[in-house]
Amino acid sequence: MAVITRGFGGRRRDDTDLPPGQYRTDDFPVLSAGPTPRIGLDKWELAVVTEIGERSTWSWTEFTALPADETTVDIHCVTHWSKFGTRWRGVSVDTLLADVETSAEYVVAHCYGGYTTNIPLEDLIDGQAWVAYEFDGEPLAPVHGGPARLLVPHLYFWKSAKWLRALELRLDDEPGFWETAGYHNYGDPWREQRYRAD
Amino acid sequence: MARAAIPGGLTWRPATVAATRAETATARTLVLDVDGWTGHLPGQHVDIRLTAPDGYTAERSYSISSAPGPGRLEVTVQTVIDGEVSPYLVDVAGPGDQLEIRGPLGGWFVRRPADPRPALLIGGGSGVAPLVSMVRAATAPTRLLYSTRSPSDALFRADLAAAEAADDARVAVTHVYTRVAPPGWPTPPRRLDADALARVAWPHDADVVAFVCGPTAFVETVADLLVDIGHNPANIRTERFGPSRG
Amino acid sequence: MSTTNVGADDPSWVDGNALAGPLGELMGTDLTVAELTCANCRTTRPLAAMRVFDRAPGLVARCPGCEDVVMRLVRTTERALIDLRGSLVVSFPLPNA
Repeated sequence: MAVITRGFGGRRRDDTDLPPGQYRTDDFPVLSAGPTPRIGLDKWELAVVTEIGERSTWSWTEFTALPADETTVDIHCVTHWSKFGTRWRGVSVDTLLADVETSAEYVVAHCYGGYTTNIPLEDLIDGQAWVAYEFDGEPLAPVHGGPARLLVPHLYFWKSAKWLRALELRLDDEPGFWETAGYHNYGDPWREQRYRAD
Repeated sequence: MARAAIPGGLTWRPATVAATRAETATARTLVLDVDGWTGHLPGQHVDIRLTAPDGYTAERSYSISSAPGPGRLEVTVQTVIDGEVSPYLVDVAGPGDQLEIRGPLGGWFVRRPADPRPALLIGGGSGVAPLVSMVRAATAPTRLLYSTRSPSDALFRADLAAAEAADDARVAVTHVYTRVAPPGWPTPPRRLDADALARVAWPHDADVVAFVCGPTAFVETVADLLVDIGHNPANIRTERFGPSRG
Repeated sequence: MSTTNVGADDPSWVDGNALAGPLGELMGTDLTVAELTCANCRTTRPLAAMRVFDRAPGLVARCPGCEDVVMRLVRTTERALIDLRGSLVVSFPLPNA
């Protein structure tokens, strides 16, 4: 029998367009499993590596010269907060993969600082995912994943890896940092796929 | 949400606010009654859990500031602006209110009553709370160096003065003010430095145990200074303390 | 004994002491006095002295020397997981030793 603490307000869950178990926040909470990596833009590089080891790389100058999209999306963190109407600018993953030959079905996102997360390739293409470098009209802050982060808004936000360094295309699936520690392998917020057994 | 306890594991248990005491304009001590509480080791903490009527819960850790004893303990909470738990504990909770606690917790940052060595305690801001429990329970010579921004930010003023005034002279308390010093204070406000530390510390060849608790930068600085003046790193225990989530 | 850190720009971490409650609930013993040997840099420290990133989907303990992960603790709906792949050895003090 839980003890209810008189006068402690808690959260409100009165929004109808929230996935199950989420509450709405207007802040942008900073969650991190480690220290914030500081990557100078002159050293920064983004790579796409295929299943046979072919690498395509972009320097910061090359990357930010690619065609970019503005997108406004809702984001859903597995720790139960959702934030509506977040505005990003970034390069569609379709653009990064345009000249890449692959028969991979899976992707592992590798990050500065060592974080990894795995996502089916089909969830990153056809306009569903970006490598974002601006938030709300400003350069993406380091605590939120700058210089650039993955943005996959239809999955829980741990899949939108901060400080992205490389997308590794694979024939087999390779669970990432949270996926090997009890979290769901796919992470659909609308089906509340938080944990492995969900 | 209520969840089943694991056999043999620590459990959450109800605690009732018995009284509250203002320490400063933004901090207060809560006296908690807990059935079956058997006491703690000075330096230990408890986890506090609040549950809202809609089932939402929030947990935070707070050091125990009281002397060990059965049935009752005290935690001292500094409010954190925009925090979620500390403003409730500092501004809202009152006698009779219920919350849950888990503990006592932590066997590392503790001063065991049987330890005969002199203890050097160095606290920054609200990081003094676990050190005050050590002061209250002191049986060996104990020196507390307490760094705050100003006199009005200092917690436990009366308690520390009383401990120092005890007949046995076991406890000595030195204040350091980093922004505003009281009128007539011998030194201008300044950060805790090697000089201030050396004036309070025992000679470095003495077998002394040191406990440092405060904000991260404070703890790192003080621990380095202690090593610089000759303290054995193995006898320095640290705990970072400070408001960032509240 | 709550959260830490100086700059608003840094993710907050707490000392390993903060794991005493979450681990004690599972294990019934104080694991924070156990010493862990970091699998990366091979240094050994009490869990209490590791850095714990607690604003995350789980609790992540990192070696203060090399910043590699030494322990992860995740609570799911029906299980609690302790991942120790970042530690080579976990040693416990024995009472009265």
